Amino acid sequence: MSTASTTLPSAGPAAGSRSFLSRLREGDEIARLVTFLFAASVVLITILLVFELWQGSVLPRHKFGFAFFHTSVWDPVFEKFGALPFIYGTVVTSVLALLIAVPLGIGAAIFLAELAPARVSDTLEFFIDLLAAVPSVIYGLLGFFIVVPLMREYVQPGLKNTLGFLPFFQGPAYGLGFLTAGIVLAIMVIPYIISVSREVLLSVPRDQREAALALGSTRWESTWKVVVPFARSGIMGSIFLALARALGETMAVSMVIGNAPIISASLFSPGDSIASVIANQFSEATGELYTQSLIELGLVLFLLTFLLNGLARILILVTSQRGSGMGNA
Amino acid sequence: MNPRMRWRKFVSNFMLAMTGVCALVAVSVLFFILASLVYHGGTSINWNFFTKLPAPVGETGGGMANAIVGSAKLLLLATLFGVPFGFLGAIYIAEFSGSKVAFVVRYSADLLNGAPSIVIGIFAFSIAVHPFKHFSTLAGGFALGVMMIPITLRSTEGFLLDVPRTLREGAMALGASKWKTIATVIVPAAYRGILTAILLAFARVAGETAPLIFTALGNSYWSHGLNEPTASLPVMIWNYAISAYDDWHRQAWAAGLVLLTLILIINILARAILSRGISVPR
Repeated sequence: MSTASTTLPSAGPAAGSRSFLSRLREGDEIARLVTFLFAASVVLITILLVFELWQGSVLPRHKFGFAFFHTSVWDPVFEKFGALPFIYGTVVTSVLALLIAVPLGIGAAIFLAELAPARVSDTLEFFIDLLAAVPSVIYGLLGFFIVVPLMREYVQPGLKNTLGFLPFFQGPAYGLGFLTAGIVLAIMVIPYIISVSREVLLSVPRDQREAALALGSTRWESTWKVVVPFARSGIMGSIFLALARALGETMAVSMVIGNAPIISASLFSPGDSIASVIANQFSEATGELYTQSLIELGLVLFLLTFLLNGLARILILVTSQRGSGMGNA
Repeated sequence: MNPRMRWRKFVSNFMLAMTGVCALVAVSVLFFILASLVYHGGTSINWNFFTKLPAPVGETGGGMANAIVGSAKLLLLATLFGVPFGFLGAIYIAEFSGSKVAFVVRYSADLLNGAPSIVIGIFAFSIAVHPFKHFSTLAGGFALGVMMIPITLRSTEGFLLDVPRTLREGAMALGASKWKTIATVIVPAAYRGILTAILLAFARVAGETAPLIFTALGNSYWSHGLNEPTASLPVMIWNYAISAYDDWHRQAWAAGLVLLTLILIINILARAILSRGISVPR
């Protein structure tokens, strides 16, 4: 935080003390102008992105209005477009992913931040970083050829036999579907949860732990009842970050979700998600309304991830500032 | 030790052991992925894979030479487009601008960085495909380049701001102009970090599929110049994996192995560069 303000003043007085001409001769003004143009283009590209999404979805926004979000008929032939099945699929798979990834990710982060010696922790974190670099399509490949058969042969029949009375675990076991997509997504977002949560946990001041231990709590009690609550908002931030990733995840989901616009309580049922329907249909979409409906889906996805990312950033910032504030005091 | 205390000790040890299991499971996924790729794809990697065009449907053999060259072209374009914007933009907000402008640029970059890759694909489609009425390598490179901008910009800015103030003051005191200070002192001092940032951005977009499927599309043959649709490794993996042919499945695995190896090597290289004695105190 302090670096930003300490480096800036040099631009003010130092620049002002020389004449504009001498600055021009020395190239300062040219360098400033050139770099400014590039920086401004970054802002322009972002504005253009939002503009194109908005402008590109004008037809369905006027024709369907809010019905776009709560009708479930997606029929390119008769040009009826309701996005509910895709919104449903995105939400269900992301929530499933979080249900699996959050406990695992936070558990692993606790191990890395609280238990493991620094060297072990750094080595494991290195592998976690590499895991975060694995492209989506590779997860899709493994999901399609390894997870799907596993789900079809073992997991889904097993769930049906034990928990089959619940509406979530009924129907034929295709392998492809909401549950599989949720599991693959979970595996994909775990590295993000671990990395961010570990950072946040490491920023919790040492005296918090020591105080808890001195009061006679066990190691786990000090971790779970003192350290984790202290870092709570930062951990929430990591979860929102993971959620934003999960919502926008395209390739892996499109390979294992089954690609059928179905709303079903059963998690075994094939479905579709916003990102995956765009990936599958966009290049073949004929007719303006069809294409623009897909762009509107993109707009929805963009706004959702925008909100979640913003929220995540605020939460992570709050925790790290709280940690450093306490540390200095 | 009373039973209550013993119970608390037990819970503590048990839960801590469980966190270890979580960490182990998370990390083992990486090795599982690598092992599966080697197991299913290792045998299909041969000379033909790198030198031949894809075989027509029904024939076995063939390779992915066009996809490898296509990916290389796309990544070159992306780097040529994305890195200057990220790098020079970062210099502006770190060295020249006031904090308000810096905030706006930084905020846009974060927005761009957070946008799902499929949305970037739609954007590139409406800018670089729709007006020209055809898919092209150029459009694909543009999409990937847009994704590289925010990653390069944000990390470069961080590394520039980490350069100690004394270095700047030393250069200024010797009478160097501002841009000379930047070009000969600050950027060289931060070059390891900047190089790392660029490599990581490169590795990140190297595996991106979603922005390519309706910009660069795909191609079963060689793509000439920059105005034709082109095959690329990630899109090829996708198309081949969801196809119905066993031979294509094998090739998808092989392509996955090649792609992941490349990405992991770049990642490890980037981290090695960074950890090799950076001149900046943390």
